Amino acid sequence: MTDVVVVARARRRPSTALILTAVLLGGAALALGVGPAGVPVRGVVLELLDALPFVNVESGLGERQAAVLWQLRLPRVVLGAIVGGALAIAGGAYQGVFRNPLADPYLLGVAAGAGLGATLAIIGGVASTSPVLPLAAFGGGAVAVVVTYALARLGGSVRTTATLILAGVAVASFFTAAQTFAQQLASDTVREVFAWILGRLTTAGWAEVRLVTPFVLVAMLVLIAHRRHLDVLAVGETEASALGLEVSRVRFWIVLSATLAAAAAVSVAGLIGFVGIVVPHSVRLLAGSSYRAILPLSLLGGAAFLLFADVVARTVLAPSELPIGVVTAFVGAPFFAVILARAGTAR
Amino acid sequence: MSGIRLADVTAGYGGAPVVRGVDAAAAPGEWLALIGPNGAGKSTLLKVAAGLVPSEGRVSIDGVAIDTMSRRRLSRTVAYVPQIPVIPPGTTVSDYVLLGRNPHIGYWRTESHEDLEVARTEIARLDLAGLADRPIESLSGGERQRAVLARALTQRPAVLLLDEPTTGLDLGHQQQFLESVDELRARLGICVIAAVHDLTLGALYADRLVMLAAGRIVAAGAPREVLTAERVRRVYGADVAMLRDEAGRPIVVPQRNGGQPTKVSTSDPTK
Repeated sequence: MTDVVVVARARRRPSTALILTAVLLGGAALALGVGPAGVPVRGVVLELLDALPFVNVESGLGERQAAVLWQLRLPRVVLGAIVGGALAIAGGAYQGVFRNPLADPYLLGVAAGAGLGATLAIIGGVASTSPVLPLAAFGGGAVAVVVTYALARLGGSVRTTATLILAGVAVASFFTAAQTFAQQLASDTVREVFAWILGRLTTAGWAEVRLVTPFVLVAMLVLIAHRRHLDVLAVGETEASALGLEVSRVRFWIVLSATLAAAAAVSVAGLIGFVGIVVPHSVRLLAGSSYRAILPLSLLGGAAFLLFADVVARTVLAPSELPIGVVTAFVGAPFFAVILARAGTAR
Repeated sequence: MSGIRLADVTAGYGGAPVVRGVDAAAAPGEWLALIGPNGAGKSTLLKVAAGLVPSEGRVSIDGVAIDTMSRRRLSRTVAYVPQIPVIPPGTTVSDYVLLGRNPHIGYWRTESHEDLEVARTEIARLDLAGLADRPIESLSGGERQRAVLARALTQRPAVLLLDEPTTGLDLGHQQQFLESVDELRARLGICVIAAVHDLTLGALYADRLVMLAAGRIVAAGAPREVLTAERVRRVYGADVAMLRDEAGRPIVVPQRNGGQPTKVSTSDPTK
């Protein structure tokens, strides 16, 4: 029976993890190969293998192709994976901590708050590669999530799907308006801010990757360390407390880390919606409702999802590029409707 | 002093106190039933005992005041089963039962082999082995209540607090559930405090009854002393007759018009 208990817990996860890893690698290869400058996928793979220690292969790529790969495509792919993973794990964590299936960095107003924070920082003269930028975004995102939570409590319950989302919409609208206002006041930086708002990975370079990685890494580690606590929290505040969980402490760390991950993503990639909804719910369907599976698998799935979305964004209107937020919204909004309908019938 | 002791407990939710000046105690292996009409403060008193609602007065377990214990330590001693447990969809019965180990697992750690072993024991004890892989929401009411009890026992508590644990169960499942609790109480020496609505069942299983009304104790003691027709009438506003079984335990029987024949009734068994 011990075995049954253990096996029941572990059975479906390795396979899902393997599938998602394969999808992620496939997405990465595709994203590295697709673009105006033709770089063959085989050459991409060989060039990357060549960069590994003790591996020496001839990729057959020209100098220019290699430069495109290393300086343009690879940082973009790495950044896309980090941003996607961060948004997805943040979404999964918010859903667990608020016990609300529609909680997501975008819908909670966290992204808008982070946007305002980042905009104010840019207007204030902070360079777009300064580590102050993610911190400013985090400040804005943290204010937004606290206000959303407080508003939802005023309106009844945080766990009523609609109340939390309505509060999030109000907060997001307010912060977006404040951001637009700030942006128009400081017309000399308008271009810089605007390019960033659209949610693109176009300008991505290694500087952005270096900037965002430490924040996402810390947030991710803290969140994954709390995966068991999220499962306990699933029985509600009172029972979780009766089971020995210090609910406010756990909630503090999870909300803090999820907000940090989301804000870091927003500070380099702009506003990309619905990743935090689409990915954790898809993972739930594949691997069950335990956060031990949802959090790590959302990280993988979010990275893969954003890479594919980026490929679509780059190819459908080629040579011009669609903001990636448009692609995620095209997938995410219908998905959102399905979850909403299911949440409605569940009650 | 071992067991749980509540001394001069006053508690509420910000407004007027819901429970006022209550004293109660249960020794290891003793079953105490809290009775009283809706809103009498039974649930609040249980939450106070579980450390979930702050109170004035003193609650102690084996002589240690609970407000000096950490949340984790308290949950290793006291298990609380709410009236309507939250059922997390998609969770298997074994994962659900395993939640009871939470107070035994360090903050940054995951379940040890021993934790799994304890969960396994309780799953087997409550006859849930065949259901271990099923999602908890697919269980029937009686099975679900057993899973909740298994989770509580997985905490390995000295005190088990049950808030109307048989709500929504049919008579057979009510009895089976109470029998399981009683067996555990006797075998493991757990002290049980349960809020109950069914006075007859309460009298059948509990060693002592504490009757609350408007947050105060109106009577406490052996079931046969506490349950009198006159008192139930007064406290519940109910029209009842009090019978006794062969062992002298009270049986509460609802009636109409003080037991006199009514126009509606066609046959009156009390005559």
